[in-house]
Amino acid sequence: MPVISIDNLVKTFGAVRALDGLDLRVEAGEVHGFLGPNGSGKSTTIRILLGLLRRDSGEARVLGADPWRDAVRLHRRLAYVPGDVSLWPNLSGGEAIDLLGELRGGLDRQSRDELLQRFDLDPTRACRTYSKGNRQKVAIVAAFSSTVELYVLDEPTSGLDPLMEAVFQDEVRRIKQAGATVLLSSHVLAEVEALCDRVSIIREGRTVESGTLAELRHLTRTTVIVETARPVTGLDALPGVHDVRQVDGRTHLEVDPAHFDELLGQLIRFGVRALTSTPPTLEQLFLRHYGDGNATTAQPQSTEAQRTGAR
Amino acid sequence: MTALTGTRRLVRLVLRRDRIRLGIWVLGTPLLGYALAGSVAGIYPDEAARQGYAATSASSLVARAFNGPIAGTDLGAVVVAETYVTLALIVALLSTFAVTRHTRQNEETGRAELLGASVVGRYAPLTAALLVVVAANVLAAALLMLALAAAGLPLAGSVAAAGAVGGVGVAFTGVASVTAQLSVTSRGANALAAAVVGLSFVLRAAGDVLGDTSADGTRVQSAWPSWLSPLGWGNQVRAFGGERWWVLALPVVLLLAGVALAYALAERRDQGAGLVVPRPRPATGASWLLSPAGLAWRMQRGTLLGWAVGVAVLGLSMGVAGDEFNAMIDENPAAAEAINAMGGGSNLVDAYLAAMLGLFALTIGAYVVQALLRVRGDEADGVLEAALATAVSRTRWLGTQVLAATLGAVALLLLAGLTTGLGYGLVTGDPLGQAIELGGAALLRLPALLVVAGVVTALFGLVPRWSVVLSWTALLVFLLLGQLGAVLDLPQAALNLSPYTHVPSVPAVDPVVLPLVVLAGVAAALLATGVAAFRHRDVPS
Ligand SMILES: Nc1ncnc2c1ncn2[C@@H]1O[C@H](COP(=O)(O)OP(=O)(O)OP(=O)(O)O)[C@@H](O)[C@H]1O
Ligand SMILES: [Mg+2]
Repeated sequence: MPVISIDNLVKTFGAVRALDGLDLRVEAGEVHGFLGPNGSGKSTTIRILLGLLRRDSGEARVLGADPWRDAVRLHRRLAYVPGDVSLWPNLSGGEAIDLLGELRGGLDRQSRDELLQRFDLDPTRACRTYSKGNRQKVAIVAAFSSTVELYVLDEPTSGLDPLMEAVFQDEVRRIKQAGATVLLSSHVLAEVEALCDRVSIIREGRTVESGTLAELRHLTRTTVIVETARPVTGLDALPGVHDVRQVDGRTHLEVDPAHFDELLGQLIRFGVRALTSTPPTLEQLFLRHYGDGNATTAQPQSTEAQRTGAR
Repeated sequence: MTALTGTRRLVRLVLRRDRIRLGIWVLGTPLLGYALAGSVAGIYPDEAARQGYAATSASSLVARAFNGPIAGTDLGAVVVAETYVTLALIVALLSTFAVTRHTRQNEETGRAELLGASVVGRYAPLTAALLVVVAANVLAAALLMLALAAAGLPLAGSVAAAGAVGGVGVAFTGVASVTAQLSVTSRGANALAAAVVGLSFVLRAAGDVLGDTSADGTRVQSAWPSWLSPLGWGNQVRAFGGERWWVLALPVVLLLAGVALAYALAERRDQGAGLVVPRPRPATGASWLLSPAGLAWRMQRGTLLGWAVGVAVLGLSMGVAGDEFNAMIDENPAAAEAINAMGGGSNLVDAYLAAMLGLFALTIGAYVVQALLRVRGDEADGVLEAALATAVSRTRWLGTQVLAATLGAVALLLLAGLTTGLGYGLVTGDPLGQAIELGGAALLRLPALLVVAGVVTALFGLVPRWSVVLSWTALLVFLLLGQLGAVLDLPQAALNLSPYTHVPSVPAVDPVVLPLVVLAGVAAALLATGVAAFRHRDVPS
């Protein structure tokens, strides 16, 4: 049974349709990346999973229960880190951690103290005086010092320095080892690549892709640069080949992985001297998804324009 | 001067954010003044009636403490005595809140950081707030002057009276601009300024009580403490009683001094900082803190302590003042008649004590509103989200807040009754007996406060975004119905809207159970509605 299963979820805020038929499945024991451009509905989905927002229609189950009706029971079994942590300004960081832990049903004192040390957080300061990164650490320490089945992390590392990012990744691996499930929304692709077993990409409130990173790569075009004895012709007629250009006597093109064979068969007839084939970088992969939502027909030249548009 | 760069834009921003609030303030004060002047004219139509009123006001220490020094038998003087203190308090608090809202609150929420990083001088935010608030006061005063003149009062006196009210706003604009520099939180800045308002009230009351009565017995010459109080200055203008125009300069002097001090402090402090140096806090949460109830107590205790001090001081002084009635009954049967009508009972002292307890119940209503609206503050800040993502149900969370506010109200009511009884008992004998009797009488007001709590909870559940404005509006309406309803001669149906109308005025009358039960029922229905609505809505919304 999946830990999180969402089908055709819809949520509107007045005229804004934040979620428009979203699907999501997170299996037990996996670290699931939850990706999408700003405003695509990640935080809204997470708030519905926490029973903070009510869904308009569709299905959502968390750990086999209804997140709205069984909110309290579920919250004993999960921990949450928001992307923009607000705390009680006049409590100290240590008090806030203990309070959140206790409200969830108790925290492990030993791992709390260890985590404070590892994240290098001074618990004696008033929450009001914490920097952005330190506020984030308070929520992370509070969440990771409870032993629960599901961790819901909404951009948990926004504002953390690289050293702390590394500590965070270690902690996620530790809880994964312990058998917990993690839903991780993030804009840090290196983090996603390092941690996630599977990812789901959403756009405008709809899931556009879901699978392992390898599977996603497979769905996206590979860049091929080939140097041939004679000028290549007839490429435009081949299925799955796009965007053919001649640069400095070499042919640049993009090909769908499924049509690699046809391409090679055609190239071989013109005397191949050199050939490089580059799978898409993670960044390219996501930019294509973020940019126009259709990976297989994306126009690579427009990547730069999309980058500005999507960010 | 580069420190002021951007002021004009910020003024427009303030106007844009507050156009509705400012509109209500600038139009509401003169309208209230007009209505009050009209009905006072109806109640005291001739010289004889006003002669009696002035004589009573001058001889009664309670009237002096609450209405200020009477300035003669002119209709205008009676209008001022009946309305000045209420209007002045409203204007003082409005000015304070407005200044804090556009200075410290922006720093606290971090909005000022974006502004401060743009082309905006260091003094610009404060200056913009001051310009708007002073302009609102001047405009409201000008309209109030027209309103009083339109109600048929002499022009010179109308100018002086309106100037006196506007002057209070101007003076407290200066006070608030300093307190906004001192406290890190807007709540703290408002509390400091409100404490200055309270101190001003006490100083003025003391000066007016200690003052001399003129030979004809219709005028009071305040003693020196009144001159230390910005609220007292308005009385010293002596509108409609031989105006002393130069006194109107005092608020302006205070404003300028306050602004100069505020600029100097702003120059020396960091943005977002106050004057208190941060100290180390507990590294772990004490076990009592780690529950919704513990958190509610931790968040309330400072506020509650401040309220307790204020209530105790006021209770003791009101109680001690109660003894004068025993003397007055012999001296002035007319005054006795008047107060009797107000309290509605047969025993004059009991009527007075009942009226005081009623006032306490109204004031403690403000504590209830303030305490409960913290939930909305937490929701807007995003803290509620973190709390509700834990294993605490919405019902438990909100229920705890309501319970905490109710317990606070019980404590304050009891304290009000005990201290009033103690004060009265100390001068008449039997302090313990009086304290117990009035403590019990005060607790009978609790159902009205439960209704206030119910109103806030229902608003929070049903219309969260409007709950702050509407809750305070509701309390203000209850206050106006209670304090001015009789003066304005409103129909009973309107008066019945306020829960305070329905609590028996013990000890002036015997306690009756039915209205209390009905009030408790209404409160329960409102609370249930609020909790149910909260359970079914989005958070945050
Ligand atoms: N309370 C609300 N009222 C109105 N609109 C809302 C509300 N909350 C979210 N939205 C809208 O819903 C959409 C989805 O927002 P959401 O916060 O879920 O995006 P996100 O994917 O988390 O973005 P980001 O990457 O920036 O965090 C946005 O268009 C947002 O403006
Ligand atoms: Mg988000």
